Amino acid sequence: MKIGVLCSLIRKEEKLLFEAFRERGIPFERIDDREIVLELHRRQWDYDVVLERCINQSHALHTVKYLNDCGVQTVNRYEVINTCGDKILTNLALVRDGVPTPRVAVAFTPESALRTIERMGYPVVLKPAVGSWGRLLSKVNDREAAESILEHKETLGSYQHSIFYIQEYVEKHGRDIRAFVVGDETICAIYRTSPHWITNTARGGVATDCPITPELDDLCVRAAHAVGGGVVAIDLFETEGGFLVNEINHTTEFRNSSAPTGVDIPAKIVEYVVQVAGEQRRQA
Amino acid sequence: MPALCTECEAEVVLDSSTEVGEIIQCPDCGMDLEVTSVEPPTVAPAPEEEEDWGE
Repeated sequence: MKIGVLCSLIRKEEKLLFEAFRERGIPFERIDDREIVLELHRRQWDYDVVLERCINQSHALHTVKYLNDCGVQTVNRYEVINTCGDKILTNLALVRDGVPTPRVAVAFTPESALRTIERMGYPVVLKPAVGSWGRLLSKVNDREAAESILEHKETLGSYQHSIFYIQEYVEKHGRDIRAFVVGDETICAIYRTSPHWITNTARGGVATDCPITPELDDLCVRAAHAVGGGVVAIDLFETEGGFLVNEINHTTEFRNSSAPTGVDIPAKIVEYVVQVAGEQRRQA
Repeated sequence: MPALCTECEAEVVLDSSTEVGEIIQCPDCGMDLEVTSVEPPTVAPAPEEEEDWGE
């Protein structure tokens, strides 16, 4: 069995995954996405599976597309990375499959964005369609802030910042949920608690165990399937009307989540990767 | 033999679990460093965060 791990910089998560492979005596080959050159006419690769752990979304997207086209199985697949890497595509997939989400609108000019925000009512959240770690999120409390932020985005940002992703602000009372789905199972979840409205653990949110109820499990698995399945992390809000899926991450960070949940997340991921490799072998 | 910080030339000792590509901090100046080799130990300035970095 030949397993590749596509990565560059090694975060705590990659170290834990490497350890999990080694503890099981499973050899793997690191593929540095800063070194790899995609020779598009070379179509033969002997990997049974490649685990994608790139820190650069663009590197992951193109390399995995190439590998999938060459017949190499990847965790995750191109469609998942493409969908999860773009909040608009993620929301479209969730809405298509009837997964509850906060209300979202997309506009392409500051004028139409402002009209939309006024119609939705304050506060709203403006997010870059492509981005992570809670970067450049704006909670817009009034019209003056909206006008200012929209002008800044249009003037200072790349064209991608003029694609205005506008989400209703959901009051989360200091916490949200991150749930980890591997294959068809929600393996664990954490509450992310913070006095700040951005609760990402990368931004200081504190992780504690969140019990997996049948309702939460069902919703998370449906959300994961909507974006193509594999190994994903689902961010959810708790509301009086039930859970709402906020975002889905495809190269999930989990360093703060194994300890509070007691679930060995890297082990679960490695076991899933081996399972995918086995299925690939049987089909070959 | 430790690596030398590229910023302040302090000695940076790598432990046995260190991976090539890992980001570590110089114990003296706090600079983020990328481990470029573990045998022999060498480090380089860590890359700046890019717009498409994330999970």
